[in-house]
Amino acid sequence: MSPAAYVFLSVILFIIGGVGVLVRRNAIVIFMCVELMLNACNLAFVAFARMHGNLDGQVVAFFVMVVAAAEVVVGLAILMAIYRARKSASVDDANLLKY
Amino acid sequence: MTHVLAAGGGGTNLDPIYGQVAFWILAVLAVCAAVAMICVRQAVHCALLLAVVMLSLALMYAMQGAPFLAAVQVIVYTGAVLMLFLFVMMLIGVSSADSLVETIRGQRLWAGIGGAAFLVLLIVGIGHAALGTAHVPTLANNYGNLTGLATLIFTTYVFPFEATSALLITAALGAMVLAHRERTAPKLTQRDIARRKVASGQVAPEPPPGVYALHNAVDMPALLPDGSTTDRSVSRAVSQRDLDLGRDPQRNVVSDLAAEDRIEAERQIEAAARGREEQ
Repeated sequence: MSPAAYVFLSVILFIIGGVGVLVRRNAIVIFMCVELMLNACNLAFVAFARMHGNLDGQVVAFFVMVVAAAEVVVGLAILMAIYRARKSASVDDANLLKY
Repeated sequence: MTHVLAAGGGGTNLDPIYGQVAFWILAVLAVCAAVAMICVRQAVHCALLLAVVMLSLALMYAMQGAPFLAAVQVIVYTGAVLMLFLFVMMLIGVSSADSLVETIRGQRLWAGIGGAAFLVLLIVGIGHAALGTAHVPTLANNYGNLTGLATLIFTTYVFPFEATSALLITAALGAMVLAHRERTAPKLTQRDIARRKVASGQVAPEPPPGVYALHNAVDMPALLPDGSTTDRSVSRAVSQRDLDLGRDPQRNVVSDLAAEDRIEAERQIEAAARGREEQ
């Protein structure tokens, strides 16, 4: 399969993840959608690496994975702290700065 | 699989037709799972569907000559990150299903329209760009995928790599700081716990469920020594389940009591008959 097909698939997955971030209310699910977007980017990087015949894209995808792991650790810790304070994981309930 | 893993480098030595078939199966699977992921209500189902997407992406990495990334995808994402998600979900409560009420009017509609517009923009943009076909692997891949990646990471990308280590340590420290809870009340000693227990009036452990003769079920309230029943012996989850299924354990209690009365009456009749025989 040509790398372009993989790039188009990664675009579709990225959009689905983005729409998920916009429509979902549960903070954990929003996080999962962000992970889906990062995964879609990785797929594009790997496809580009294959397109150019070198490994730089794979190295970038590797770094994206490391950053995603760090992001998940901190993000879920923040989520736990919010849940402890407000007894809810819904993003609608974290509205103290609203008024 | 060994063929796929041995492929290395920029291309893949899969037979083109197998590559196409695998791509279409995996692509349809990944897109369906991703769409289902943003549609299902339960967070746990979302996590499982995300695992499907990630595993199919791992297979795609392997098909594209990135065996190392495929392994890392399975180990780091599907193994560690999703497990972390599930742990947090269990801590927060599995029952935290999303509400279907829209708090901002028309949010879903506009999110869908925005997504579709962005999709068209990206597809048209990428379609116009001259995307080449798979290139023949160059110099860096001569020693295989893993060696090539290691060479790149420890030569060209060594500073980003070191920065990554700092990032990971910062993330670990941040998680520790954020998850740490300040103690607002003094720690309870064994003496405090014993005093509180005596003061509460119930020194013995909670009564066990299901002590009726005819029903030995967890949803039956326990019989206390003074003859009364107590709801404290029934777990809240169990009584909630009874409520959901429309079952009423108390109804059984009533029929049990009626049965007891009947048995008692029969016993008296029998005793009376025996007494008559003896005379």
